[in-house]
Amino acid sequence: MEKQTKLTRRSFIALSVLGAGGMCLLSRCTNPPLSPWRFITVQESNLLDALVEQIIPTDEWLGGRDAGVTNFIDMQLTGPYTRYQETYRKGLMAIQETCKTKFQKRFEELPFEKQTQFLEAMEAGKMEGKLWEKGLDRQFFRLIRDHSLQGFYGSPRHGGNKNNVSYKMMRLDYPVIIGQNRYNN
Amino acid sequence: MGNKHVNAIVVGAGAGGGIVAKELSVAGLSVVLFERGGWATYDDTDTDELKSQRTTPLGNAYGPDDSRYKRVIANADGSTYTVLPSEGGYNNNAACVGSGTVSYGAMAWRFMQEDFKLKTTYGAIEGSTLADWPFTYEDLEPCYEKAEWEIGVSGDATQNPFGAPRNKPYPMPPFSHNKEAQLLYDAAKRLGYHPFPIPMLRNSIPYGGRPACIRMRTCCGYACPVNAKCGTQNTVIPIAIATGNCELRINSVVSEILVNEQGKITGVTYFDEKNRKQTQTADLVVVSCSATETARLLLNSKSKFFPNGIGNENDWVGRNLQGHAYTGAYGIFEDEVYDDLGPGASVAISDFNHHNPGIMGGGVLCNEFIRMPYSFTGIRPPGSASWGKEHKAFQRLNFKRVAQAVGPYQEIPNFEARVEVDPVVKDFWGIPVVRLSGSRHEKDVEGCRLMSEKAELWLKEAGAIHTWQSLGGGKGISGGQHQAGTCRMGNDPKTSVTDKFGRIHAVPNLFVADGSLNVNNGGFNPALTIMALGFRVGGYIASEWSKGNRFK
Repeated sequence: MEKQTKLTRRSFIALSVLGAGGMCLLSRCTNPPLSPWRFITVQESNLLDALVEQIIPTDEWLGGRDAGVTNFIDMQLTGPYTRYQETYRKGLMAIQETCKTKFQKRFEELPFEKQTQFLEAMEAGKMEGKLWEKGLDRQFFRLIRDHSLQGFYGSPRHGGNKNNVSYKMMRLDYPVIIGQNRYNN
Repeated sequence: MGNKHVNAIVVGAGAGGGIVAKELSVAGLSVVLFERGGWATYDDTDTDELKSQRTTPLGNAYGPDDSRYKRVIANADGSTYTVLPSEGGYNNNAACVGSGTVSYGAMAWRFMQEDFKLKTTYGAIEGSTLADWPFTYEDLEPCYEKAEWEIGVSGDATQNPFGAPRNKPYPMPPFSHNKEAQLLYDAAKRLGYHPFPIPMLRNSIPYGGRPACIRMRTCCGYACPVNAKCGTQNTVIPIAIATGNCELRINSVVSEILVNEQGKITGVTYFDEKNRKQTQTADLVVVSCSATETARLLLNSKSKFFPNGIGNENDWVGRNLQGHAYTGAYGIFEDEVYDDLGPGASVAISDFNHHNPGIMGGGVLCNEFIRMPYSFTGIRPPGSASWGKEHKAFQRLNFKRVAQAVGPYQEIPNFEARVEVDPVVKDFWGIPVVRLSGSRHEKDVEGCRLMSEKAELWLKEAGAIHTWQSLGGGKGISGGQHQAGTCRMGNDPKTSVTDKFGRIHAVPNLFVADGSLNVNNGGFNPALTIMALGFRVGGYIASEWSKGNRFK
């Protein structure tokens, strides 16, 4: 590689385009679009947004999607939850494939109530077919539920619970002020 | 370069080991205190509920870590699976200086007189290895007193008529009750029970050079930001180090107890902070790694003299694993009962600890430590949604209106609940890991039901408009942070692992000093009893040493 000592804005853009195009040529354009996520793809993130919104729906307070729960899950999947990567990939795929066959739509395109029913069927272990073998429906549902609740109700340092939204909702003051003596007598 | 020979090795700087190290080093013995973890501080994870020592989905705040440790669970049908420290089945205790005493809820219970003679009190129970301790409560009383004064306890023993007799009050006054505890206190009085403030290893006033508690909501499962919680890491271990006789060797994982050609214990092998295998020799060794890890170390120390592990001639090492079946009830109140005055638990009744018709033992009932937002997502009346709109609304409407009364039910010891070492799975250092199997005694659930019923009535009297039981004692492996019983004390070497001073039968210079020694685990959190046993074992060794006994 030759060193670039000076890089003008114009040449940078030119290089970027060339780079992207080059990648496309090499991989025959099968690469997914560039993703801002760590593990999940852009398409998967749209699905995950819908799923976490089902677990914690928007009401007077932000729901899972807007509270950054998808970001929480993506972050953990390259950290402590690396061991769940495969289940996520398989589970997300199974959801989309099932929706395509049954409804000719993506999960996130279904009406909210339909999405809820879909997840209730997963929770009850009622999904059929090869995609859901070995109890993937229940297993993946439990992961989605637990991880969503963690992302929404856990510390914002892990990428969810944006602006302490769940703490505010539950009327808990954060951050805790150390050194404050709160006893009455 | 080899390590200098010392008088004593203590393996594990927790509730038991920290105290033994202090007793020995103050008495003039040279000591190396091994700890597999390092120093823990509040700032490591501060109030992070997802990485605390109580809720651990993203890992244990103070160790052990998921990358180097694992265990194996054996099901009743013989199938096995591997668990990580952040998963519930692991039955974890913290891996840091002070271990559980850094992040515990800090309840400071003395066991009752009956707890030391369960067999005499209740008679033999089918399917149980129930036995009396080789000594009485009165024998341990001075050690309890030492633990209370040297580590530091706040409380008022005069308010608990069922407490065992004592010679001295607690060194610090009790804590005031928070709102829910006061409601429960008043309700207990109306019911004719005997409520009292929970004794706590926590400073209610400045004590031991450390400040008073600031009543954080995050306490149980977290280190203290102002050092008001009393553990071995901020009391006896600093004293041990200050004597100049004790070297604390952190991030060092002891793998085996060494036996020489004459069958004598000569020291340990360990992996140092750079994972190099090292040897440390000593005149005597004290193992205090918790009921699971102490058993593992003894079982992993195989030689021609001890083909089944040290102390295991009769297959008793690792047996009788006990924790506590936590049982109680929840109640929803019309008005808010939460006032954010931590750590939450402050009122107890001991009215159902022993003397319950048809039930062995019983336990103390307390209001619970503050449940953090994520933990609260699992607290719902039976049949409630576990996700969705309704679940979220419950979280918002009821977080400050739910109280729990709960307690540790004394489990019935049984031989098949056990710790072994797995024949295949090894940890990061290549040491065979703990393998857990067996389950609680089938009769535990009867006692749990009784306690849960009492807890529910108590909550109702306090004003709960809707209550439900959280019943403990089901099948499944026991253990948890209250793990105990795997190297039980006794006078008969055929039915116990150590003598009444924690010395392994038939091995003159090897001791155990942790919850492994407990013959049974009381209807209480066991930390203060483990500390008292630390003073007993450490005190015995020190006093014998001063008389010239070199345990040869």
